[in-house]
Amino acid sequence: METASSTPGKHLSDKVAIVGVAESDRIGIVPDRSSIALHAEAARNALRDAGLALADVDGLWTAGVRPTEVGEYLGIVPRHLDGTDVGGSSFVIHVAHAATAIANGLCDVALITHGQSGRSKIGLPPRPAHPQYMSGQFEDPFGLPQPAGSYALACSRHMHEYGTTKEQLAEIAVATRKWAALNPRAMMRDPISVEDVLNSRMICWPFNLLDCCLVTDAGGAVVLTSRERARDCRTVPVRVLGFGEGFDHHLISQMPSLTAGPAQYSGRRAFEMAGVTHADLDVVQIYDSFTYTVLLTLEDLGFCARGEGGAFVSNQRTAPGGDFPLNTSGGGLSYTHPGMFGIFTVIEGVRQLRHDYVKSGFSDDVANPGRQVRDAKLGLVHGTGLVLSATGTLILGRD
Amino acid sequence: MGYDRPLPQRDPVTQPYWDSLKAHAMQLQRSKSTGAWVYYPRLLMPGDPEDELEWAPVSGTGTVYALAIPHVHPHPGFRALAPYVVALVELEEGARILSTLIGVEPTPDAVKIGMPVELVYDDVTDDITLPRFQPRSA
Repeated sequence: METASSTPGKHLSDKVAIVGVAESDRIGIVPDRSSIALHAEAARNALRDAGLALADVDGLWTAGVRPTEVGEYLGIVPRHLDGTDVGGSSFVIHVAHAATAIANGLCDVALITHGQSGRSKIGLPPRPAHPQYMSGQFEDPFGLPQPAGSYALACSRHMHEYGTTKEQLAEIAVATRKWAALNPRAMMRDPISVEDVLNSRMICWPFNLLDCCLVTDAGGAVVLTSRERARDCRTVPVRVLGFGEGFDHHLISQMPSLTAGPAQYSGRRAFEMAGVTHADLDVVQIYDSFTYTVLLTLEDLGFCARGEGGAFVSNQRTAPGGDFPLNTSGGGLSYTHPGMFGIFTVIEGVRQLRHDYVKSGFSDDVANPGRQVRDAKLGLVHGTGLVLSATGTLILGRD
Repeated sequence: MGYDRPLPQRDPVTQPYWDSLKAHAMQLQRSKSTGAWVYYPRLLMPGDPEDELEWAPVSGTGTVYALAIPHVHPHPGFRALAPYVVALVELEEGARILSTLIGVEPTPDAVKIGMPVELVYDDVTDDITLPRFQPRSA
């Protein structure tokens, strides 16, 4: 059995802090910003948040476009670049890679950027597809719409093995919408019911429209530095206590089990590095590309046993005032989702731990709930990329 | 009117698979040392590049392992076809193949996981045959 001292990466725990987070000026429908402009705007805003200058940045991370494109557009020539691109979880994994680079002296100030004109489609890089790729030969000819179809296949298996119901999946969409109602920047804020989810347009059984994330325009950025240098920043530093990555397939037909994803690996690694347990957590952000993504991830991360995800989310447990505050921005389902959502899970996780929403009130105030999770000190942030393919899990904390 | 949906483009490694479909006699690869079946076709055995792969015929019978029923699709050819059933079919040999089901109502009541199915060859062009599956009696 591994001891704490032999836990891989343990020496990287708590060396680095997230000191700046921001979205682009506007998110949702932004018809006057290209994808790369959304990167740049979010980067400027995150640096302002941190109280750092662009010239301080000496490490750059991005996905969807190459880091050279972002560096050139911003006008920086950092000494460390990383373009790890495994879909929407990339930006969560970037936090892990940036923390590793900073802790090892490869850079001092890391900037992670994301921008996608997913809805307006301005300067949106095409997704590579070719009839000779493995996907082009063995999946695309059969008409599985991506990514919804792959998640739908996996979900059907969970329903078969465990009796998970569409009503249970809908509970996630309903609870997430309640959080979105508390977020002025969320695109969809009107309350919805389980019936509304079940009656919304069928996209790809078992998913109705309201089981699926939005398609929006948005940029996001995150700034990290060493814990020492974080003292000079203008924000409450959010400490990177643990992180993990996981991967077990690229195409859905190759997923070893449709009802157990790579979050089981990334989660365990993050918890071990941080040396904390589930009960220690105050607030959780889990990438919600589809309702099933959340349900499976809760099981993979060990918040409940295999097959119990449906029961876990029932009775609006994850809504404001519930005992498991989850996706407090309104998530990809109701807040924003420009195509890849990972960076927004980091942004919200950090803001909750900084207590940025205190003025809006506390979520456990039954009479007048606000967005802030009371006394939030320890949070989990989780990204899922491609078709349940690659995951990143972070454990973040504040003093 | 010609076939208007995306077609696979073979490569030298996958060619025998597509040739076997065209001949209406599906072959897949299996490990020479363990007999484990591999899908999709590859140059090397996943997890063991020193193993050898051999082509061998498969039964073509299996069961539905998982399913999705698209009602929308970005491609107009599939949009016109929707709704239809995409299934991950587990062959008796153990390999899982992504394909479409034919001869079924595209509803979750009509198609069940575990349902017995059999391979059908669909000659969509002179050159390309796609594998489909249809219900069979158990």
